[in-house]
Amino acid sequence: MTYDLVVIGGGPAGVAGALTAALAGLRVALIDSGARLGGQYFRHAAAHGTGHAAESGLARFLRLGERLGERADLLLRHQVWHISQNDGGDFTVHCNGPDGGPVAVRARRLLIATGAHDRPLPFPGWDLPGVLTAGGAQALLKGNGVVPGRRVVVGGTGPFLLPVATGLAEAGARVLGVYEANGGLGLARHPLLAMGKAGEAAGYAATLARHLVPYRTRRAVVAAHGEREVQAVTVARLDQDWNVLATRVVECDTVAVGYGFVPQIELGLQLGCGTRQDVDGSPVLSVDSAQRTTVPGVWAAGEPTGVGGWQLSELEGRIAGRSIAERPVAGVLTRRRDRGRAFGAALQRAYPVKAGWQGWLRADTLVCRCEEVPLARVREARDLGATDARSVKLLARPGMGWCQGRICGYAVSCLAGEPQQPSRRPIAQPVSLGALADTADGIPDDPATDPVDDPAH
Amino acid sequence: MTFHITIDGRQVPVVPGQTIGAALHAAGVRSWRTTRFGGRPRGLFCGIGVCFDCLISVNGRAPERACLLEAAPGDEVTTS
Repeated sequence: MTYDLVVIGGGPAGVAGALTAALAGLRVALIDSGARLGGQYFRHAAAHGTGHAAESGLARFLRLGERLGERADLLLRHQVWHISQNDGGDFTVHCNGPDGGPVAVRARRLLIATGAHDRPLPFPGWDLPGVLTAGGAQALLKGNGVVPGRRVVVGGTGPFLLPVATGLAEAGARVLGVYEANGGLGLARHPLLAMGKAGEAAGYAATLARHLVPYRTRRAVVAAHGEREVQAVTVARLDQDWNVLATRVVECDTVAVGYGFVPQIELGLQLGCGTRQDVDGSPVLSVDSAQRTTVPGVWAAGEPTGVGGWQLSELEGRIAGRSIAERPVAGVLTRRRDRGRAFGAALQRAYPVKAGWQGWLRADTLVCRCEEVPLARVREARDLGATDARSVKLLARPGMGWCQGRICGYAVSCLAGEPQQPSRRPIAQPVSLGALADTADGIPDDPATDPVDDPAH
Repeated sequence: MTFHITIDGRQVPVVPGQTIGAALHAAGVRSWRTTRFGGRPRGLFCGIGVCFDCLISVNGRAPERACLLEAAPGDEVTTS
């Protein structure tokens, strides 16, 4: 059977897009690697209390998810590792099923709604157990009901640090500080205020104040200390370029850090979708006003088209769903989407990553956690003439391990001195050779992965 | 309502729906493998299936991401 639409990703964008298209009469399947709908923002535990569901639109999202479940096929716990386009123009979505076995789903049209993941920066000791990404801390708390630690330090940049810190404090963790590397204005003049989010910002500020959590700008976690796990961090006061001015040591058992987000665009790249550079330099999928990518039959919504938060993602999903179903898109939707996009761009400008972080690293600081590549080896590669991230990767091997550069890719690009390039990953998830062999259509013929078409390979 | 899994024979409680990684982290087990070259301890980092730091062998199977794998009653985890 061939679906009219297969949506990849069960967050706000994917669910909105799938439901909109299903309500318009299309046969829809939605695929997500998680056990439950929600994506990163609406992540929730299997048994969530009504108190939690009332927060931040989660209750509403869950109702949309329920309606979707009645009208579309939900393939949860399915990890998509490749999408190929068949001769007739249809697509085959290759997944690892819940038991690890191969599952292939055919679709006339695709909606890529794969979200984003945290963008970490390396620092000495960042690979110690107990150091988590901000999203990782959030996943433990919201997805599993586990408070990540007793004494927690939150650091990085961007408004996402606020819900993470307030969530931790409300769950009973002692949050020793929220260290925002940008700003200098403090919560009272937080950019959220200037962007019509005064209520949201005030809510976070009140919660942090109630739990006596200090919020400090121009501060960062620049080192983690410990033997088998983190026992303390060095918190630095920074200048506006993030160079260290002064430091102090804070004892803690857990660290949650995040410096913005990396849009997950690899499925779009596999299909040959065009990209553009977002405000912060991240490669994102180019879409038109109806969320169409440059490849006919492929739409994208949410963070893969530019990081902007869940409300924008949902709007883009609804617009994509209407467009996929060949229904008119109300002007009010596109105007709200455009305002949301402008808001996302403003946030990215308010929370840039400044070059001073490179000075936090020591020669032996791991840049790539998978292949255990220290800064010294990256510098060695540069001294050998590697002036772009790809050459650094070939010489020193950062980004060649399990995560395929998802974690260190941004840092390696910065260290190599070039903007981040779209990473071509012909296979998006680990897959068994058996599953690969079972694939009837030839992956090597995919234009996006053809070495002739991609001189970078 | 809770059930148990074991890590190297030690019992760890699980609330249904929790991942193996979350259950271990909650029980104070914060690392369960070491790296190939430096022998560095590794556990949860990204928590959402991206970084592969949390690879773990469950019931003798090839390593999987502990942060994605929902725990089932009686799962036996072995560390390397």
